[in-house]
Amino acid sequence: MKLLKLVPDDTNVKFLRWRLPFYIVSLILMAASWAAVLTNGLNLGVDFVGGQMIRATFVGEAEAPVSELRGDIEALGYGAPIIQRFGQPNEVSIRMRLPEGKDATQVKDLADRMTNAIVADMKRGHPDVRIDGVDSVSGKVSGELFQTGMLALLAAMVAISIYIWIRFEWQFGVGALFALVHDVSLTLGLFALTQMEFDLNIVAAILAIIGYSLNDTIVIYDRIRENLKKYRKLPVSELLDLSVNETLSRTVMTSLLTLVVLVALMFVGPASTFGFATAIAFGIFVGTYSSIYMAAPILIWLRVTSTSFVPVESATDKQENIARADT
Amino acid sequence: MLDFPRWKRIWLWGITLLGVAAALPSIMMLAGQPWPSQLPDPEINLGLDLAGGSHILLEADTGQVRDLRLDSMEEDVRRAMREAEPAIAIGDISTANGRLSFMVEQETQVDAAREVLLPMTEGVGLTGQRDWTIRVVDGQRLELIPTDAGLDQAVENAMDTATDVVRRRIDELGTREPTIIRSGDDRIVVQVPGLDDPQKLKALLGQTAKLEFKLVDQTALPSDVAQGIVPPGSQILPYAADSQQQGAVAVKRLGGIQGDQLTNAQQGYDQNGAAVVNITFNQEGGRKFAALTTANVGKPFAIVLDGSVLSAPNINEPILGGQAQISGGFNVDSANALAISLRSGALPIDLKVVEERTVGPDLGADSIRKGVLALIVGGVAVLVMMAVTYGRFGIYANIALLLNVLIILGVMAALGSTLTLPGIAGFVLTIGTAVDANVLINERIREERRRGRRVVQAVEVGYREAQRAILDANVTNVIAGVLLFLFGSGPIRGFAIVLIIGIVTSVFTAVTLTRMWVAGYLRKHRPADLNI
Repeated sequence: MKLLKLVPDDTNVKFLRWRLPFYIVSLILMAASWAAVLTNGLNLGVDFVGGQMIRATFVGEAEAPVSELRGDIEALGYGAPIIQRFGQPNEVSIRMRLPEGKDATQVKDLADRMTNAIVADMKRGHPDVRIDGVDSVSGKVSGELFQTGMLALLAAMVAISIYIWIRFEWQFGVGALFALVHDVSLTLGLFALTQMEFDLNIVAAILAIIGYSLNDTIVIYDRIRENLKKYRKLPVSELLDLSVNETLSRTVMTSLLTLVVLVALMFVGPASTFGFATAIAFGIFVGTYSSIYMAAPILIWLRVTSTSFVPVESATDKQENIARADT
Repeated sequence: MLDFPRWKRIWLWGITLLGVAAALPSIMMLAGQPWPSQLPDPEINLGLDLAGGSHILLEADTGQVRDLRLDSMEEDVRRAMREAEPAIAIGDISTANGRLSFMVEQETQVDAAREVLLPMTEGVGLTGQRDWTIRVVDGQRLELIPTDAGLDQAVENAMDTATDVVRRRIDELGTREPTIIRSGDDRIVVQVPGLDDPQKLKALLGQTAKLEFKLVDQTALPSDVAQGIVPPGSQILPYAADSQQQGAVAVKRLGGIQGDQLTNAQQGYDQNGAAVVNITFNQEGGRKFAALTTANVGKPFAIVLDGSVLSAPNINEPILGGQAQISGGFNVDSANALAISLRSGALPIDLKVVEERTVGPDLGADSIRKGVLALIVGGVAVLVMMAVTYGRFGIYANIALLLNVLIILGVMAALGSTLTLPGIAGFVLTIGTAVDANVLINERIREERRRGRRVVQAVEVGYREAQRAILDANVTNVIAGVLLFLFGSGPIRGFAIVLIIGIVTSVFTAVTLTRMWVAGYLRKHRPADLNI
């Protein structure tokens, strides 16, 4: 059976020829992302900012029409509801994010209007629905929780850079850290720009993006490390191109496989995980790009040379070179 | 590299089967099938967002905040007047009618007393509102009346602290990823996954755990105490229900110390083998406790928990080390529960359970069905792509991948961890890295073949060279996972635990197991060429 090959053998794309323009574009995108986060802000979900909780009983029905409610309420334009079965199968609690307003009175006003709209909408389809209570609720995330989370993330990123510094060279640690900052910034920028709801699950999605991007960066760095030991004379920019090309088929294959799962989740999966899947899919795209165009070229500017690694030719290397000469 | 002696193969298969076996009860549960009850059943816990759980609504008694503020203000005022230069003598202190009122003995000192009170009664915020209004009545009597704004702020702070304490207590129980939100002005919603033992949870949340050490009023006659007659400045507190003593004891209302300045509390045993709680004060608490015990050697003091006396031992000698032991008819469970409550701090306000019910998943059963379908569609697409791209090697990778999913489930079930949507993000990431490990290996073998290496050597070099990158990538992810688990909370922990487990299992399945299968194939068939 003939097997599938996504990338032809021995590609020789000069990726790094355009490193400067790409770098400039990326830096601009990062700055734009931060500007968007600062000006637009993130559309924080009910997990973070709290909101209204409406409890309702669908009298005379065996089961609350949760699916239908979810769609109807989202169509009202106040954001996605969190709908939970509450006690009996025909009782539900609906959690909505508080609308944004200038001051407390305006927010209260808007919240009342939102509640009325939702109740009216439920009554239209189900005249017998009984509203059992409307309460304001706080977010799930206390300040303490948020701070410890940020601290954990920071500690993890620093520790990773130190590990890479030990296993590779300091330039690689800087490069990997920079690529991570790039990916996280752009993902946050996407959320600030589209105003998709940023909830607790998106935090987990960002952690997954960091993990993926790191994996990708390390695979390319590993090949660069190997080639730096193998080809002492090759100019670094050519060596980086060679390394990226040698790992290209793997990069394409892995990204594609992961994207397939996420695209399935985006389009076959429930509406409530759309943001989550979109975030990871976007992050993987950006992460793949950043490994090639952010993490690799920075090594040139930080002056990585073949002497960065132990300049002793080991027995395996010798064997390797002989094997290479033979082909 | 490709040498797998029999003992090694047995070990690897043994570990694999163990992992898969541990996953079976969870698989049956997820599929809705019964599991024979005589077999051990480590089932994976599904989080609130995936499976729902119990919902407990706690309500706070906000009137209490007003009383507590009055009491602490009284104590503060007495101290401030005593410590003023020159000291201001006051008397006839009362906290009736929701206000603090007292006489200044010397009329000339009324203004000085006002000056002392001013900074104590300012609001903490920047709003410029006062927490207390000061009034002078009849020339010599001062009244402190709490303002509504000040009271609201105090209730708000008490509720915030109470929410944090509730969270810490639930975390100590090991129940994973609860939802804890404030609702309205005086309620806290607690939702925990699963339905096991809500009684224990309710007991833990209902305990205020306010620990106090108060001096016993020895002037009170036991007959008066029994009749409820209190000497001035004292109060009568009943013995706790499970204390060894009956009845009540009179204690001095003021001058005791609070047991909130603790650094640790652990369940332990005394010389007689009875369960006790050992507490360690922080520096300030230790200093106060030492001062109290030094000044009152030979007198009894009462250990008071939530308004009942646990025990009233004699102070035989000053206790200077900042450590103390609380006894009072505990069993191991109740001592443990008290230790947890003390560690996580006292509730600033009493909470009572006003509602309890089961709730459905956050995500909704409809969403979960679609999500599972999506993951199956995505998963099948990955398996097909691996098979058509790498042939036999892709099929090995696929089997490894499926085993990996099962083993992750098995390990999580054995550890009793909870799977939530953030956990699924961790799952997707580890599956991604597992697939990537196989892609790396297979691409490397292709590459080595292209460079003209012979079959066995190509496979050997492929695994060796790919393994280095796989190792580095996974170690960095484990570092991240461990730090996120240690410092993070809630969803971050849920993500981290799956990541850590998944990385270990995916290296095992994607690298070790596939290498064993490839080695077996090479040895058995001795292929001259590889279709890869």
